[in-house]
Amino acid sequence: MESIISLFTDPATYRLMTIVILSIFLGIEVISRVPSVLHTPLMSGANAIHGVVIIGAIIVMGQAHTDDYLALVLGFLAVILGTLNVVGGFVVTDRMLEMFGKKKKK
Amino acid sequence: MENMILQLIYLIGSITFIMGLKMLSHPDTARKGNLLAAGGMTLAILGTIFLYRDGNGEGLHNYAWIFAALIIGTVVGTAVSKKVQMTAMPEMVSLFNGMGGACAMLISIIEYRHIMANIATHTPGTGTMIVVVLGMLIGTVSFAGSIIAWGKLNGSIKDRTIPGGQGINFILFAGMIALVVMVASGKFTDMPALFYGILVLSALYGILFVMPIGGADMPVVISLLNSFTGVAAAFGGFLYDNPVMLTGGILVGSAGTILTILMCKAMNRSLKNVLIGSFGGAKTGGGAAGSKEQGNYKEISLNDTAVLMAYAQKVMIIPGYGLAVAQAQHTCHELEKVLNEKGVEVLYGIHPVAGRMPGHMNVLLAEADVPYEKLLEMEDANDQMGGTNVVLILGANDVVNPAAKEDPTSPIYGMPILEVEKAEHVIVNKRSMKPGYAGIENELFFRPKSSMLFGDAKKVLQSLVTELKQM
Repeated sequence: MESIISLFTDPATYRLMTIVILSIFLGIEVISRVPSVLHTPLMSGANAIHGVVIIGAIIVMGQAHTDDYLALVLGFLAVILGTLNVVGGFVVTDRMLEMFGKKKKK
Repeated sequence: MENMILQLIYLIGSITFIMGLKMLSHPDTARKGNLLAAGGMTLAILGTIFLYRDGNGEGLHNYAWIFAALIIGTVVGTAVSKKVQMTAMPEMVSLFNGMGGACAMLISIIEYRHIMANIATHTPGTGTMIVVVLGMLIGTVSFAGSIIAWGKLNGSIKDRTIPGGQGINFILFAGMIALVVMVASGKFTDMPALFYGILVLSALYGILFVMPIGGADMPVVISLLNSFTGVAAAFGGFLYDNPVMLTGGILVGSAGTILTILMCKAMNRSLKNVLIGSFGGAKTGGGAAGSKEQGNYKEISLNDTAVLMAYAQKVMIIPGYGLAVAQAQHTCHELEKVLNEKGVEVLYGIHPVAGRMPGHMNVLLAEADVPYEKLLEMEDANDQMGGTNVVLILGANDVVNPAAKEDPTSPIYGMPILEVEKAEHVIVNKRSMKPGYAGIENELFFRPKSSMLFGDAKKVLQSLVTELKQM
């Protein structure tokens, strides 16, 4: 219960909750008028954007003690996986959209 | 100072994500939007590496590890995505999504170990524990589910219904919630067995949740898992008080949910239907319907097909996954050109969920330079169907199955279909009489108007082009 109350009293949490709520509405607003042709690239682009989780991986990796090998190895893996998500996601999306670009020129 | 610059960078990152997503939803700006978001991401990553300071004002270390991992990820990620066939895109997206989920899972595991190491001096708050545990749970479900979806799409994992699967899933879900409450409430925080128990349960849940869902519904599932990973990333944002992770994650979480619903709408199915009344379970019903109705089908030769098409006024091509598998999009465009030279009008009828993902066929045919105006959406295609002489179905099945309109017991009943029977002739190209991805028989093949043209889509199209050129 305390934690729920703290959502409104703790300024840091309050700020984060505001971001959450506004982002939910933004996400809905931004997507709601999209032609079905673009569903696949859009899904792929969104997929790349949630790769932002890599920032957490970098912070974890960068704070791990140099003698905590398990943390280092797990963090290392996390950064690789996150990078794959980001890089792969954006490149794949770009390749899909490249097809549309070609068509537009004609 | 560093902190201020970093906050500014994060703000810019968040803005590029929002604008990127917005631009991605319009054909003209989509590519720029993607690049914009990628730019914002790069900025946020570099900013974090060099400018991040923790509560004590200390920066990050282990730079060698970080950069090694970044380089490996970038090289492998670029190589794989450049090499992958356009047809394999859906499973690629699913795989990358799984990577993101796994990343969130690992972050939570490391953070939990960190909390445990310091528990004697520092008791973690309930909020922190909730964030760590739920981040891991959602990340793991997304990871396990995405890997199963990936395996199903590339054919290495077969559809399988687990007897009593619903019940097992419910028990798993209840078990997870109970454990989360126990760990987060603080009383059992120092029992790693519970924490890793959640890990195991959520992995199982992810697997069992996706396993029975049939291939035709897979895009919806991938989209849903995509939004899960977004939420998992957002938990990381809470953990590190990091606005860009929060915005990016929640944005994808909500946009992904909307996209999932839009996809369901395109298939005229509710999300609940997809998740609970999955196609896998309906296989038996479809099979029974098939056996009662199985009549004779007639075959048509290549030559006859060529003649029929050459003397038609209007031909409509209905592409499906068979076209994608055979990589026949270029040959298909060639056939269209040959027919055009003979004065035949050629159109494409695109079902919103033809292929493995909404828009899959549009991407493929665009790759082959098929003009945009020739790709008709389902409603327009159905309007044109009446005046069409020949419909050529290339490896599509469920999207033309009349059972969707006529048979209330069919698992795809209610899904809008391309009404090919309004046309004069229906030629179906398939490799065999095997049922389509939803695993159900298609009565269309036995109807009087239909003729079967067996063979690999690409080879058949090549032979058709040769035949037509000789005429």
